[in-house]
Amino acid sequence: MSWSWVFKMAWRDSRSNRRKLFLYMAAIIVGVAAQVAITSFRENLNKSISDQSKELLGADLEVERNAPFQPELLAYLDSISSEQSKMLAFSSMVLFPETGTTRLSQISAMEDGFPFYGHIQTNPAEASDTYLDEFGALVDEAILLQLGLSPGDSVKVGYVTYPIIGAIQDIPGQSMATSVFGPRVLIPLKDVENTGLLERGSRLEHKLYLTYPEGTEPKVIEERLDAMNDSLDFRFDDIAERQQEVGEAVSNLASFLNLIGFIALLLGGIGIASSIFVYIRQKIATVAVLRCVGASSRQAMAIYLIQAGSMGFIGAALGALLGALVQLYLPVLVQDFIPVDIELFISWTSIFTGLFTGVLISIVFALFPLMAIRKISPLFTLRSAEVNLSKLMSLLTRVILYGVITLAVTGYAWIMLGELIAAIIFTFGLGVCLLLLAGFSVLVMKGARKFIPIGWSYEWRQGLSNLYRPNNQTSTLLLTFGLGVTLISSLYLSQDMLLSTIDFEGQDDLPNLALFDIQYDQNDGVNKIIRDNGLEIIQNVPIVTMRIQSVKNISVDKILQDTSRAARRWALTREYRSTYRDSLVDTETLEEGEFIGSVSDLSVPVPISMSSDLLEDLNVALGDTIVWDIQGIPISSYISSTRTVNWQTPQPNFFVVFPTGVLEPAPQFFATTLNTPSKESSLDIQQQIVQAYPNVSAIDVGQIINTVREFLGRITFVIQFIGLFSIITGLIVLAGSATTSRYQRIREAVLLRTLGAKQRQVVRIQVIEYVFLGILASLIGLTLSVGTSVLLGKFYFEIDFTPGFTILATEVVLLVLLVLTIGLLNTRGIHKKPPLEVLRAENI
Amino acid sequence: MSNILQVNNLTREFKSGSKILTVVNDISFGIEEGTSCAIVGPSGSGKTTLLGLCAGLDRPSSGEVILQNIKLNPLSEDERASVRNKHVGFVFQTFQLVPTLTALENVMVPLELRGEATKDVRKRAVQLLEEVGLGDRTHHYPTQLSGGEQQRVAIARAFINEPKILFADEPTGNLDTETGDHVEELIFDLNQKEHTTLILVTHDLELAEKCDRIIKIKNGLVDSDITKEKASVTK
Repeated sequence: MSWSWVFKMAWRDSRSNRRKLFLYMAAIIVGVAAQVAITSFRENLNKSISDQSKELLGADLEVERNAPFQPELLAYLDSISSEQSKMLAFSSMVLFPETGTTRLSQISAMEDGFPFYGHIQTNPAEASDTYLDEFGALVDEAILLQLGLSPGDSVKVGYVTYPIIGAIQDIPGQSMATSVFGPRVLIPLKDVENTGLLERGSRLEHKLYLTYPEGTEPKVIEERLDAMNDSLDFRFDDIAERQQEVGEAVSNLASFLNLIGFIALLLGGIGIASSIFVYIRQKIATVAVLRCVGASSRQAMAIYLIQAGSMGFIGAALGALLGALVQLYLPVLVQDFIPVDIELFISWTSIFTGLFTGVLISIVFALFPLMAIRKISPLFTLRSAEVNLSKLMSLLTRVILYGVITLAVTGYAWIMLGELIAAIIFTFGLGVCLLLLAGFSVLVMKGARKFIPIGWSYEWRQGLSNLYRPNNQTSTLLLTFGLGVTLISSLYLSQDMLLSTIDFEGQDDLPNLALFDIQYDQNDGVNKIIRDNGLEIIQNVPIVTMRIQSVKNISVDKILQDTSRAARRWALTREYRSTYRDSLVDTETLEEGEFIGSVSDLSVPVPISMSSDLLEDLNVALGDTIVWDIQGIPISSYISSTRTVNWQTPQPNFFVVFPTGVLEPAPQFFATTLNTPSKESSLDIQQQIVQAYPNVSAIDVGQIINTVREFLGRITFVIQFIGLFSIITGLIVLAGSATTSRYQRIREAVLLRTLGAKQRQVVRIQVIEYVFLGILASLIGLTLSVGTSVLLGKFYFEIDFTPGFTILATEVVLLVLLVLTIGLLNTRGIHKKPPLEVLRAENI
Repeated sequence: MSNILQVNNLTREFKSGSKILTVVNDISFGIEEGTSCAIVGPSGSGKTTLLGLCAGLDRPSSGEVILQNIKLNPLSEDERASVRNKHVGFVFQTFQLVPTLTALENVMVPLELRGEATKDVRKRAVQLLEEVGLGDRTHHYPTQLSGGEQQRVAIARAFINEPKILFADEPTGNLDTETGDHVEELIFDLNQKEHTTLILVTHDLELAEKCDRIIKIKNGLVDSDITKEKASVTK
């Protein structure tokens, strides 16, 4: 076989088609760009995490506990190293006196030393070194900017007012997203008790950071701490573990984004296949002539394979370049979630992988139409026959090609996800999606052929029959655009679904402000402020903290020693915050047994009601006994009833409810819920309460929704940014497919005009066709995305999902407009061409 | 003189729904080297199908074709392509030039396919184009040429591999009389000059008359076979 001729021929033959080929190439460019951007970024991240591993923790070891450390644990930690730094972390309301604003914040009471590695970045820079000595506070820069405050102003935490020494820009090991859940405020640990916030009821997290002296064997310490942990119940992290945790999280995120990006590349592949299909159909006569004058079937195929391969290579190279540029933008999107500073560098491995994947996808998908070339008979030179390329391929060839594609996709997903089962599920899901889309397009074409009413106007009939006639764009558009829409819309709907579960705004009967940590002696005062403001208290519930001493007469320690136990550790060891009352509330439904509202005899076990969610985790059932340690006093109880609790309501809900007559004398605090008519009145009452009782925390439902919305918004934006590549690819493929049929359309329009059709009629035919295509593609895409979201909701989030029809309708309108615009742009100039020029031209 | 083309009991059937259509029905004849032969007949008589079978572009349902002492039946499609490349030239009614190649490149294709040195091939292609009167149009694309010019390029392409046999399917069918005459002249001149055997399918009896032999096909059968010197008729 003369290869030089094949290459020469491939070059010569592409000359007049390069503009057309560029559009096909664009699909690959976008797909590869998404790939390269994400894989490069992933490498950047991994390297940054590895380089900054020590800063991730700020120390060699972090030990945490929800209660003060036991002397035994402290003694061991002292024996490891003397370089230690304590921290006390808790949530509390803070007040900014200059503006009168209150905000639920994340307070960290700090000691000298931490971070041992890295530096707390502040504005001014020296603030992090001086705030402890100056007995001042560091506050998140974002909240200061938002409230128009600056260093020099003050922040009141509990009963103590601290001068703000600096604005926090970055804390080693913490991502910016941490502050989404409340601004971070750092204050000195010394005299922190003066804040009055360490009273009973506050959730305090005790932390200890230490460094290892030279020669320390982290493994030995880890093993020892593991052993102690069985009885002392604490958590710890060292650098290796933190690096692994962060690395895994980043890797999961990157793999997920990578797969979304890969879909864009696959769409590009489908685009290539369909474009080459149309391209080869136009080349049948050429191939027949070449076969006639002696070219072998392999030579004929090689000509177009070289064209497809080169197109893939150039596309992939441009895509890699674009990807490297997009990579520069990705850190802006995700920096908030990543606890390290991302260092950017060109990852040649990613670029070569992108190049390889791009060329491979182009060739594998192009093989579909190219294999048909081998069967083009030289006889077509004598008789111009309408050839159905897909029918020229044997079933075996098709099965082999599908097999190769399936293997390639699964293999790639396997590399990305690191798990074969997950990769198979990905390929299977994608396959089902594509099959549904392909099946739908066949249905549409058959339906259009069969059911176009004869009574309809000519424009309607012609526009609709364009859906199935030769060179139609139905399959290509429904596959590529449909898949892109499915992907993006699923993300939107899932986000909407998650938000709808916490969106209580506008539900007047539900509380929108919850006050927590109200001490026993503060309760009447808080209630008075609420009433004085003319507001109604919805709930005012007492809360008593307690721990489990024994279950079914077996002590918790003993249960924990049993490695084959069915009960979960957290359920056995956690601090329970229970209430007492004489009846069930709206958010609860009795499931089993009898709810006993009050008791008088304390000599017999107390009947309690347990949330059915907890039964399995504690491995208990109706009638089982539990002994509680209520701040040193054992109270024996049995489960007299179980309840279903609707946790998704903005009011205090409880795992365990006691009857009245038992817990009244126990130390307790209160939680109160109320409904405020406006955002202003909510802020106003929060200020009044916090100024009077600084330890009381307020949870503003509206603010939580905004917080969650912002957080989800940031995450989904990253995903949508990558998903956008699929939509762009879909649009390019559509444009490519529209361009290939441009000549046919113009010719047809001219013929119609020659036969007397008015310009308006010709335009209407085209509008009808593209509007139909747009509606069908968006409807099938949206249907699939609703299906995906319902399944996600049912099996993953356990939420009943009702799609937001406004979102769906908006999407349909937007998508139809997009398709219509591309379609009409393609036929631009159609009315200016003189019929004769068009009828004579062979290439337009 | 030996036969360059021998056709024995050639039959070609096509399936049309449930019916079988016999387009070429048990035809046998031989063509002597260096002669010219016209295959004539009304539309749909099977003459183009016969030409396709003789040139190895199609496979017969039964019977055999021997071209230049090579039996075509057992050969694969690619092997037949190689035979065509070495021994056969084609001229089609619809010219069949590759639209993306210039006139010169179109002419060069058969030799380039063999892997011959580009310089020599180019020289011969230019020479042939000059011979057909298109020396100044070598770099024009088919769309930039008139029908007659395109057919002249096709003729140059047909002769570049110095074929032993040239198959022409209605070579003047798409041309006006004057251009057609010129193309006819070219084909016969080159045929004589290059000592090529010419097999011509046409329904133009005037053109057929210029050949040494006329085979008339009717309903897939040889209706008559007339050689100019000794008028023998086979029915």
